[in-house]
Amino acid sequence: MFSLLRSIGLIFLHMFRKRETIQYPEEKVVLHPRWRGRIVLTRDPDGGERCVGCYLCAAACPVDCISLQATEDENGRRYPAFFRINFSRCIFCGYCEEACPTYAIQLTPDFEMGEYNRQNLVYEKEDLLIDSQGKYPGYNYYKVAGLAAGVKGKGEGANEEPPVDIRSLIP
Amino acid sequence: MNEILKYTLMIVIILFTLTTIAAWLIWLERRMLAVWQDRYGPNRAGPFGLFIVVADTIKLFFKEDWIPPFAEKTVFVFAPAIVAASVLLSFVVVPFAPDILVADLDIGLLFFLAMSSLGVYSIVLGGWASNNKYSLLGALRGASQMISYEVFMGLSLMGVVMLSGSFRLMDIVMAQKDFWFVVTQPVAFVLFLTAGIAETHRLPFDIPEAESELVAGFHSEYSGMKFGMFFIGEYLGIILISAMVVTIFFGGWLGPVLPPVVWFTLKTFVFIIFFILLRASLPRPRYDQLMEYGWKIILPIALLNLLVTGAFTLLKN
Repeated sequence: MFSLLRSIGLIFLHMFRKRETIQYPEEKVVLHPRWRGRIVLTRDPDGGERCVGCYLCAAACPVDCISLQATEDENGRRYPAFFRINFSRCIFCGYCEEACPTYAIQLTPDFEMGEYNRQNLVYEKEDLLIDSQGKYPGYNYYKVAGLAAGVKGKGEGANEEPPVDIRSLIP
Repeated sequence: MNEILKYTLMIVIILFTLTTIAAWLIWLERRMLAVWQDRYGPNRAGPFGLFIVVADTIKLFFKEDWIPPFAEKTVFVFAPAIVAASVLLSFVVVPFAPDILVADLDIGLLFFLAMSSLGVYSIVLGGWASNNKYSLLGALRGASQMISYEVFMGLSLMGVVMLSGSFRLMDIVMAQKDFWFVVTQPVAFVLFLTAGIAETHRLPFDIPEAESELVAGFHSEYSGMKFGMFFIGEYLGIILISAMVVTIFFGGWLGPVLPPVVWFTLKTFVFIIFFILLRASLPRPRYDQLMEYGWKIILPIALLNLLVTGAFTLLKN
């Protein structure tokens, strides 16, 4: 009996507490830098596309919402001919970002993507590509990947065998 | 002729006011619940979100008014009307002010008890006619709840009747000129309030409805305005029980300075808000627990209260 009265009193005192509600359209939500929202494709510092069309994001996507087609330009550099994300399927898990070897695909702190027409939720490459380097400024995949770090040559480490010539038949 | 016109006008005004207040109680309840849960509640449509009621009503009217093919059609349609009608009939005897009263019956209190008890028929019939296991369970619980609270509800009021010497609500109010009956009959007040909550099937005694156990209990199969009738009946029931608590234990319209109607409304709203506070704070007992409390604890207390009051009245004479 006493506990009933006590809980009634406690609930009554909640009247004078601070409200927890965020009055959304007027009052914006604080989104943290790592918040997983709208997906973008970033560019390298020279303004070129970072995406090399490796399909790893599409393979990692658990709901198969990413669709792309890789092609090559006249210099033999790969880029996606089209890159399509169906945001009505996307669950914003961020696996595509983790899978991306070139930091091209990134999730941004933005969730205001409401549309009246469901088809408008399918974003094409023009909608996804932004004019920014995103979370990794100064990173250019082609300048970093496959380059010697200048520490030691191949096969000179402590427990390392010299590299094998894979084109030779000699053991 | 003039008399008839006067009463007709009074009935129309009271009916209109009550149904309007009952509708806006939806807003009040949602706002107050939000206040006690550190939220704001509906505050978008119109000033303070008041127009949410209009939107809700329009929505209810445009919902598909579906009668399940397996239901007993006549009873199914008839049941929601009983709850609203029986509660509205009880208001006939409620004295809102010395001159605002539809009928000053000699047996006003008994009339109120009889009419408010009829409301349980809508639950039992509605649940039964739905021909659905959850609805039937709800109806069953409604009946079991009714037999446990109805007894001590009437008994708790008999002490007041003893002190005032009349079943007329007008006399009961006038007998509280010096001090309210809540001072002389505090036990009866607590018992009647408990029974009143059970009577209106409000939380914590919303056992026949029990959303978390029985989908929506007796009105699982109801939609559209038929569901709306159950809803309006429930809110009218809150107003009725609050008004009766005020009339019987808190001096009705009596009060200084302000006009009687204002006093009555103020006191009634305090209890309506208390009803909502109870909903915000208390969990629901099992229905066997309610029956056990009703028969083994509260009924003896009510009888004891009656005995003590009778003894005092005898000694005083």
